[in-house]
Amino acid sequence: MSEILIIAEHAGGKLNPATAKCVTAASSIAGAKMTIAVFAADGAAVAAQAAKLAGVAKVITVDNAANQHALAAVIAPQVAALAKSYTHVFGPSTTFGKDLMPRVAALLDAPQLSDVMVIESATRFVRPTYASNAITTVEVDAGTQVVATIRSASFTATPEGSSTAPIESATPSAALPSHTRFVGLAAAKSDRPDLQTAARVISGGRALGSADAFKIIYSLAEQLGAGVGASRAAVDAGYAPNDMQVGQTGKTVAPDLYIACGISGAIQHLTGIKDARTIVAINKDPEAPIFEVADFGLVGDLFTIVPELEKQIAATK
Amino acid sequence: MKRILVGIKRVVDYNVRIRVKPDGSGVMLDGVKMSINPFDEIALEEALRIKERGQAEEIVVVTMGPTDCQQQLRTALAMGADRALHIVTTEALEPLTGAKLLHKIVEREQPFLVILGKQSIDGDNSQTGQMLAQLWDRPQATFASKVELTDSSAKVTREVDAGLETLEVDLPAVITVDLRLNEPRYVKLPDIMKAKKKPLESLPVADLGVETKTRIKVLKTEPPAARQKGKMVKDVTELVEALRQKGLV
Ligand SMILES: Cc1cc2nc3c(=O)[nH]c(=O)nc-3n(C[C@H](O)[C@H](O)[C@H](O)COP(=O)(O)OP(=O)(O)OC[C@H]3O[C@@H](n4cnc5c(N)ncnc54)[C@H](O)[C@@H]3O)c2cc1C
Ligand SMILES: Nc1ncnc2c1ncn2[C@@H]1O[C@H](COP(=O)(O)O)[C@@H](O)[C@H]1O
Repeated sequence: MSEILIIAEHAGGKLNPATAKCVTAASSIAGAKMTIAVFAADGAAVAAQAAKLAGVAKVITVDNAANQHALAAVIAPQVAALAKSYTHVFGPSTTFGKDLMPRVAALLDAPQLSDVMVIESATRFVRPTYASNAITTVEVDAGTQVVATIRSASFTATPEGSSTAPIESATPSAALPSHTRFVGLAAAKSDRPDLQTAARVISGGRALGSADAFKIIYSLAEQLGAGVGASRAAVDAGYAPNDMQVGQTGKTVAPDLYIACGISGAIQHLTGIKDARTIVAINKDPEAPIFEVADFGLVGDLFTIVPELEKQIAATK
Repeated sequence: MKRILVGIKRVVDYNVRIRVKPDGSGVMLDGVKMSINPFDEIALEEALRIKERGQAEEIVVVTMGPTDCQQQLRTALAMGADRALHIVTTEALEPLTGAKLLHKIVEREQPFLVILGKQSIDGDNSQTGQMLAQLWDRPQATFASKVELTDSSAKVTREVDAGLETLEVDLPAVITVDLRLNEPRYVKLPDIMKAKKKPLESLPVADLGVETKTRIKVLKTEPPAARQKGKMVKDVTELVEALRQKGLV
């Protein structure tokens, strides 16, 4: 039977929705027994949220002041100490999971699969390569312990179930290094919906030309209750902060509606939006590659189209 | 000697349109332009700048792969690396195997810093640096967009989902780099000539004493599900109407 350990991601006492997506991924394995582990300074609140997710058998909290800031080098040995008896160890394919899980895999001497998008069985997985231009099906031998990160955009979040899983605390014996110290986090503050879970996302590209011009994107987003994204070119140029970058090296999004404004549609950007249900492209160049993937394309100047779009959407309400 | 080790992987150039072989056995590589993994160019550029500031004395670049990879090592030498190591293997390497091999090189070369890319753009694994750091039992700072060194530590700004995180890590350490760390220099023709004389050492993989058998078998490779070609709308009114019909606004 598959025993699956899922490493919870959380911040500020809240469980990140990426964790509930890992649960969905894990439950594609027939008969899987799922345990969620919460590493925190005080994980009680997060554990309570995790315990409600449907199908979860158990939640383990590992409280330690050293776990305050989710440092991979500190958490990995604790995960590894806990993970010995599990067949699979999953984490989200977020910067948290990408940072942590390979260290866990190295400690367990287990192969890791990154960005898993489909789980066909306990030993067979599908994952993207070449910026999602080549989708591979891979297999490990039965009995091989597997470490994986789960691609959030490929799974829906497991909802709360009717029962609550038991919560246990554990103190894995592991030597924790002191060679890595947290200095600070500069988080962009915004009241907008989170890019990776938003039902609608509006993104701006290089065409915006300045951080100031991005206001028209924020304004349309507000009208639609949408999250805001950006292309790498827009982030590199300083028009938008790095945490808004969508694509191969940024975030992967899976909204119902994605509106790309002044984005050409480079493959590295398209990778990040392939799971969007409906894509709208606004671009003045009719040959822009973004139109090849757009459900609705509109050729023209975004500086007139975007405000007009906002006005007309407001009028439909 | 204050040495920095930089990983250089040969990959399909990022501008190439990837095509999957019809028989599902992989992607087409014949006659396709190959380059240094873009993140690794940035890793090397950072190492060169550190050396130029007088904070390192030697830059060693290392690649693992078939003979063709030496082209990318020569390019790296032309960019300014001092010396190159080629771990020769024709087999596909899993990230953990690659990390174990790099760990052997680390033991031999004793660098105070290893700089790798945050991910290779072919396998998109984003594993090797973190695994190496763990095998070496040293700190890591992944997805770096700014690196400041002192004699004994590095202060690294990291691009994370929530924004920009800063860590301080003791040296030696592994840093994996993100795209915004720097802009790699162009290689000049005279440097290409000079690079031909720089040392490039080949090491057969078998000599390193690492088990290289793969545990992840690739069963098939397929193109992604194609999106249906959409519709061009003539103006905002038509767009809003289309979105309204789909219940999206
Ligand atoms: C290893 C690697 C990883 C990368 N990862 C990412 C990633 O994660 N995300 C990402 O986005 N990119 C990534 N890139 C970069 C990518 O290749 C492109 O360079 C980038 O996406 C281009 O951004 P853009 O579309 O905003 O800019 P451009 O390609 O310059 O496109 C601007 C578009 O705006 C249009 N335009 C101009 N003015 C107007 C106007 N007034 N009205 C309407 N349209 C207008 C133009 O016609 C053009 O199509 C990566 C590249 C590499 C090498
Ligand atoms: N075959 C290789 N040769 C040299 N460096 C490599 C190799 N594979 C991976 N690396 C390094 O590890 C980084 C991350 O790779 P990956 O874990 O495959 O995404 C790359 O950017 C390289 O710096």
